[in-house]
Amino acid sequence: MTSSIAVEASRTPGVAAGGAGGRFIRHPWVGFSLRRLGGLLLSFVVLTVVTFLIVPLIPGDPAVIAAGDGASPAQIANVRAELGLDLPMLTQFLNYVSGILRLDMGTSFVSGERVSTLIFTRFPFTAEIALLAIVLVLLISVPLGMAVAILTRGGRNKWLDHGFNFLTSLIYSIPQYVVGTLLVVVFAVTLRWLPAAGAATLNSLVLPTAALMLGPVCVISRIVRRETAVVLDKDYVRTARGWRLSALRTNARYVLPNLVTTTLTLSGLILAAQLGGAVVIETVFAWPGLGQGIVNAILQRDYPVIRGIILVLGLLATLIIILVDLILAIIDPRNLGATSNDV
Amino acid sequence: MNANAQTPPAALDPQPGGPGRRAAHTAAPAAGPADPAAAPAAGPAALQAASVSNLNVRFGAAHVLKDVTMAVPAGTVVGLVGESGSGKSTLGKTLVGINKPSSGEVLIAGEDFTKMRGRRRQQMRREVQYIPQDPYSSLSPRRTTGQTLAEALDPHGANPVEHRKAIAAALERVKLDPSAAEKYPHQFSGGQRQRIAIARALMLEPKLVIADEITSALDVSVQADIIRLLQGMRSTVDSAMLFISHNLAVVQQVCDEVVVMFQGRIVEQGPIESVYRDPQHDYTKKLLSSVPGSPGFSLD
Amino acid sequence: MMSRLRSREFWTPAMITGAALLAALILIAVIAPLTMTQAAEQLTPNAALGPSAEHWLGTDDFGRDLLARALVATRLTLLMTAGAAAVSVVSGVVIGLAIWLSGRRVREVALRILETAVAYPSLIFALVIAAVLEPGVSSAVIAIGIAGIPGFARITANLASSVSSSEYVVTARLLGVSPVRIAARHMLPNMAEPLLILSATVFALSLVEISALSFIGLGVQSPQYDFGRLLNDSLGALYTQPVEAVGPSVMIALTGLSVMLIGDALAAHADPRAKRSFFRRVLQRNRTITVPAGDTALVRAENLRISIPGGPQLVKGITLAINPGEVVALVGESGSGKSLTAMAIAGLPSEDLAVEADLLRVGEMNMLAAPDQSRLARDISIVYQDPGTTFNPSLRMGSQLTEVLRTHLGLGGTKARKAIIDALTSVNITEPAHRLRQHPHELSGGMRQRAMIAASIVTSPKLIVADEPTTALDVTVQAEVLRQFRRIHREQGTAMLFISHDLAVVEALCDTILVMKSGEIVERLTSAQLAARDVHHPYTKALLAAIPTLELGPVPATAGVATP
Repeated sequence: MTSSIAVEASRTPGVAAGGAGGRFIRHPWVGFSLRRLGGLLLSFVVLTVVTFLIVPLIPGDPAVIAAGDGASPAQIANVRAELGLDLPMLTQFLNYVSGILRLDMGTSFVSGERVSTLIFTRFPFTAEIALLAIVLVLLISVPLGMAVAILTRGGRNKWLDHGFNFLTSLIYSIPQYVVGTLLVVVFAVTLRWLPAAGAATLNSLVLPTAALMLGPVCVISRIVRRETAVVLDKDYVRTARGWRLSALRTNARYVLPNLVTTTLTLSGLILAAQLGGAVVIETVFAWPGLGQGIVNAILQRDYPVIRGIILVLGLLATLIIILVDLILAIIDPRNLGATSNDV
Repeated sequence: MNANAQTPPAALDPQPGGPGRRAAHTAAPAAGPADPAAAPAAGPAALQAASVSNLNVRFGAAHVLKDVTMAVPAGTVVGLVGESGSGKSTLGKTLVGINKPSSGEVLIAGEDFTKMRGRRRQQMRREVQYIPQDPYSSLSPRRTTGQTLAEALDPHGANPVEHRKAIAAALERVKLDPSAAEKYPHQFSGGQRQRIAIARALMLEPKLVIADEITSALDVSVQADIIRLLQGMRSTVDSAMLFISHNLAVVQQVCDEVVVMFQGRIVEQGPIESVYRDPQHDYTKKLLSSVPGSPGFSLD
Repeated sequence: MMSRLRSREFWTPAMITGAALLAALILIAVIAPLTMTQAAEQLTPNAALGPSAEHWLGTDDFGRDLLARALVATRLTLLMTAGAAAVSVVSGVVIGLAIWLSGRRVREVALRILETAVAYPSLIFALVIAAVLEPGVSSAVIAIGIAGIPGFARITANLASSVSSSEYVVTARLLGVSPVRIAARHMLPNMAEPLLILSATVFALSLVEISALSFIGLGVQSPQYDFGRLLNDSLGALYTQPVEAVGPSVMIALTGLSVMLIGDALAAHADPRAKRSFFRRVLQRNRTITVPAGDTALVRAENLRISIPGGPQLVKGITLAINPGEVVALVGESGSGKSLTAMAIAGLPSEDLAVEADLLRVGEMNMLAAPDQSRLARDISIVYQDPGTTFNPSLRMGSQLTEVLRTHLGLGGTKARKAIIDALTSVNITEPAHRLRQHPHELSGGMRQRAMIAASIVTSPKLIVADEPTTALDVTVQAEVLRQFRRIHREQGTAMLFISHDLAVVEALCDTILVMKSGEIVERLTSAQLAARDVHHPYTKALLAAIPTLELGPVPATAGVATP
């Protein structure tokens, strides 16, 4: 579920981030770090509040759900006291927050396992396919998008222009879980080349990663193509042409470096949104990551696990975006002052 | 811009030719400068359409306007010249209320509207109008000229017939046909759009109009049209004008007085003929001698 | 918008395909539930059949026709998607505008929160809501609808802030128009088009996410079914009945595709870059031209014509020559074709234009062919108008200024650096070695333009083409840059083609002045003729009259007041 809305939302700069006391801090890295820390803190606070609210907001009594089917009123009351559900809301919230800070997010209603343990066992699986997908997506879509932009510049090769637009639209409009299902039908069920589900062998990585990648490859190559077209129209590219530099030298030195900022920023947002895609993909391939974990938890109304995973996924999304900012700031110190979304 | 300005307005030249205009100028230079009221910021507040004193504007660490004191006497056209980054545009925008002063006083018709609140402030703000540089972005592309001009009018009072009359009069003033009211901006040329922008600024008959580089984006022949229009309007319009421009020759043709800015400060101000003919500050001298075709100009 | 619908260029193949697909889907959504519900929902003994003439996609485990199920599901899917998209778009626009209308502090806080929310994967956000609500049709619509709000609100707020900083909104505010009125009259109409395009994206996204919710079992519940639910059903039978996945997969893809195509076509229509058409210029074979013995001119253009292929002629057969060491000016207003002419002579015409001539040569190089690039780079230098954008912002000055020396003259890094430092010194740039280590944005406009001039002389070219080189500069900086051109001409005898709209600038610098109007040269003047105002063509006279000139007569009685 590549969030192209997130991409569009980031197209125009909003109000520049005021930032934590920016005026008093001279050194750009200090301001940069403070702003990013502030962002992380803000998203932590929002996530804590939101995940906390899940339980009070659910219809029905969480204690009844936690106690399981056929529990007696006494057992339910017991569970309620045990989980602290009889305490005032504020106390419950403070307990929740202090629990999180101690990495103690309670135990699963279903398995009785500690939520933090469960997250630590599932996390590597999600990280594995997500990271692999990120790297492959960037390796494929940046050269692809640039090549298409250069080949179709100034209205050249109209057929390539239309073909690229149509094909990327088509692939992108097939949701990742459909892609996943189709991949399973073709490669696992019909051809029997690759395993359909599970994480037993290295081969099992191929299909989930492929399903996760296809959509983002389309979106990011479209973005790279559009940004390249913008850069190709810049005066400094004309200057390079006036110096009669070869096409390769012009593209490598005058086009590519000026694409990096926008491409990385937008990719960061898209890749953060990839975490949402992982949820569904993991269900298709029975991949034992956080996505499958949260879907199971929701179906089983296992609220401590839901809370824990949502918190972790949210923090991960924020971290990815901060990471992209950091890379950008290292590549080009001029980005220190900008916020992640001011493209 | 009425007739009793301190310096006599440059006469509207019926023939758009250099020699004719030259004659008009050389005939006129003496009368004004002797008038004591010409001394900037010295006259009583009532005679000033706008005045600022000890004005400072800072954007973060950047100190953009430094202790600026100047005035636009009622009914005159004051030119504001300087290079990019000299602060001339910032001064214009501070007078309109787009920028906030960090310290100092901004008086419009003797009142400091930056210190006002609510309805009264709104009322005062309407006394200063602004004409931006680019005629292509200053008119809403989806509204007809008539709709654009009508915005200045009270939406609740006055009847449609009066509205239409007022709009026709405003268009007439900038030498456009009343039928222009029905058209959209893309149906006009750059020069015509700039006329509409001028008509809009004058709709409310404000005390002061800020014209921010209004001829810079235009071709020279169109610029000449706008200059003629401004010269011709002086007898019918009472508003004073602050004419911001980097083009010293244009300023000479349109303005009575000139204020020279350099690096956020006013380095020289006075009646246009005296400043141009006998510049006191080194920067003014350099500025004047840099204009191609001026006597001090040389490439060697 | 209505007139747009009738215009021919609006109906591109993508638009037609998208609109036709969507119309077909809507038709199916209306008709299928009326005629096919029986086949789709009636339990029959014909369970788990393969595709056949009777059941094109076969039947499921309960003997229901799979094609009928996929088609009937279209109505529920489209209605849910439209509902969710409407929730996102309407609430997003309202919240976005409200943020823009509120005070500065509220706005900054709200934008920070939106920024955080946008970074958060919206599907997971929807999962949170789905976890709270009972699974079902309305909770899926609400969950996906709400999850889409932050993104759309942020877009609206961003658009609003960019539209509201436009000058027509600023001037309307100065006229005392109320904020609500400004939002209704100026902002919404000018935001409508981008918002509409983005609504298509929101629709596509809602479709994918609603189907995803149903697919993982948190959306539509049996016995109701949408595309996602059908796909979920097929997952269990993937090994025994893989064809079951085809119907819903194809339907989801087609629905998404139709909306994407429409959105793409709308966006392309709004973007002028997409409308360009490429014209493959036919190049002549002979790269060099043998210059006749008596022809001493460095540049010769005969009957030069530049036109938009299949469109109007922009330069209408002009003839000109530039002698070695001569400074020629092309003067005219915008649209006169002066820049087009200059760029054609420099061998860099705009790619979508057709350039023809009886003869177009610089030295021996045939500019109607593809001359040797190194020779072009050495013999012709170009100085552009706006020094703010002519250098690559991500490379240091040194690496850009030495490009030609290293690429075409084969100089090593140290030698190239030394040559460019000498050139920078000659155009009065202080601390040249330090400047080479700086990025373009660290230099002032005048300094960048002088650096550009330094780069243009360092190869000792035969011709410098300067396209409005001083137009974007302040008047004092302009004088300095013009002095550099004069000095280069005097010391190196380089020929120049100087483009300007300003006769006063040209008069001071050039030997020959060609006045252009609407693609033609209307008058040829020497600098002496121009200085004496010995001009004949009415257009030249009008141009001269229009240029405001400084009148500096005798000193008047009172002097200006200088403030120290």
